Amino acid sequence: MSDSTDEVRSYTVRLELVDEPGELLRALEPIANNGGNLLSIFHERGNVTPRGHIPVEVDLEATPERFDGIVDALRDAGINVIQAGAEQYSEALTIILTGHLVNTDLSDTLSRIHESTDATVTDLSLSAPEGTDDASSARIRLATEEGAVNETMSAIRAVADEKELQVIEPLAAGGEA
Amino acid sequence: MRLAVIGAGAVGSSVVELAADHGHSVTAFADSSSAVIDSTGIDTAEALDRKRADGVVGSDAPEAALSAEYDVLVEATPTTLGDAEPGFGHVQAALERDRHAVLANKGPVAERYADVRALERESEGSVLFEATVGGAMPVLSTINDFDPTHITAVRGVLNGTANFILSRMATEGLDYEHVLAEAQDLGVAEADPTFDVDGTDAALKGVIIANVLSDDETEYTLDDAAVEGIQDISGSALELARADGRTVRLVAEVVEGSVRVGPRLVPDNAPLAVSGTRNIAQLETEHAGQLNISGRGAGGPETASAVLADIGRL
Repeated sequence: MSDSTDEVRSYTVRLELVDEPGELLRALEPIANNGGNLLSIFHERGNVTPRGHIPVEVDLEATPERFDGIVDALRDAGINVIQAGAEQYSEALTIILTGHLVNTDLSDTLSRIHESTDATVTDLSLSAPEGTDDASSARIRLATEEGAVNETMSAIRAVADEKELQVIEPLAAGGEA
Repeated sequence: MRLAVIGAGAVGSSVVELAADHGHSVTAFADSSSAVIDSTGIDTAEALDRKRADGVVGSDAPEAALSAEYDVLVEATPTTLGDAEPGFGHVQAALERDRHAVLANKGPVAERYADVRALERESEGSVLFEATVGGAMPVLSTINDFDPTHITAVRGVLNGTANFILSRMATEGLDYEHVLAEAQDLGVAEADPTFDVDGTDAALKGVIIANVLSDDETEYTLDDAAVEGIQDISGSALELARADGRTVRLVAEVVEGSVRVGPRLVPDNAPLAVSGTRNIAQLETEHAGQLNISGRGAGGPETASAVLADIGRL
């Protein structure tokens, strides 16, 4: 791999937003305006920080040079940037959860997965053909750091065990071919 | 070779039927309540007819088959857990008389592998059990040919009943109960399909593979396997998988000394996404990449051909 500054990489930015309308949009503008390509936004509404702020994690793609500009622009706009790591989210992981997803608070399940791993939920599809009171399934795509798949999976298993959900896991990378 | 075949179910009966075709004679044949013994070779057609008509193979006591004249004892009684009896006792009887034992019964090699190996070391006879994993597919002999120390992982779809149910659920959008009833009507699933759908059968095969891979270093039994079945898989889960170009398969996985069976997401076009009652075993080799062996993993004549292949190796 070259160290060329033209190379687009994946970054994660952790922000803290004030709980006011329009704050999220205001935080995303500096990213878009400075050449960042938004990959996903994890908005932890239910998880307010001790200071009463809402943590938001944004995954984006940009060249290293542009990324520096994005972080500067965020700070200039008065957005609280907690973490702006050059973490490479290179492994995509798809799982299916089945069971009483809605009754056991799907959003809490996702937050718990998010808290106990370095993974980010990038896509979610829910299927509840019997209505929300019955068993349903969710397909969840996660982005996780290279080499952290096992760790992520064991954290997901722990949350699923506790909520009596069944996890349908993907095969290990070696088994996908 | 002279064969003593213990067990007159689909596999045992097929071995008896096909033995002559492979150049062997059957000198003893027993089911749970009777036996027919003839040191010059039994009349196989007559014994099979009698089994069909009267439910017994002959008029001798079943234990008499164990002390009959034979070179190879074929153990094809039903798989039992725990002490793996009476299958284990049959293998023991053969080895103590310095005869070979070929197993289609998973119990002794899944639950008492070290005991079987210890008996084999004391005996002039050998133990082979190709038929216990993947029916007609040469999974264990391929592992042995490669040398188990050069295989880093084995993953497989090793239960046809569970695979049939998942395949039908995915393609027809039907629910579990419905497809299970259909599989029972078709004879693909047993009246009591518990061992197939709760993952036990696949886990026993995984345990046998782990025993072979560990090269007598560690003994594995069913208690060492993490097992999940397919009973709680919903149609909606399969639908979500399909919308993403994937499918769900009950996969047995043996990696680095761990045995795990459970429903897994597999890309639609992956080798492991076999459909219907087909089975597949995927070997991860150190120097030769991935090796896929697929075929019919169950059935009387299929499994009997694996037994006869073992007899040919002796």
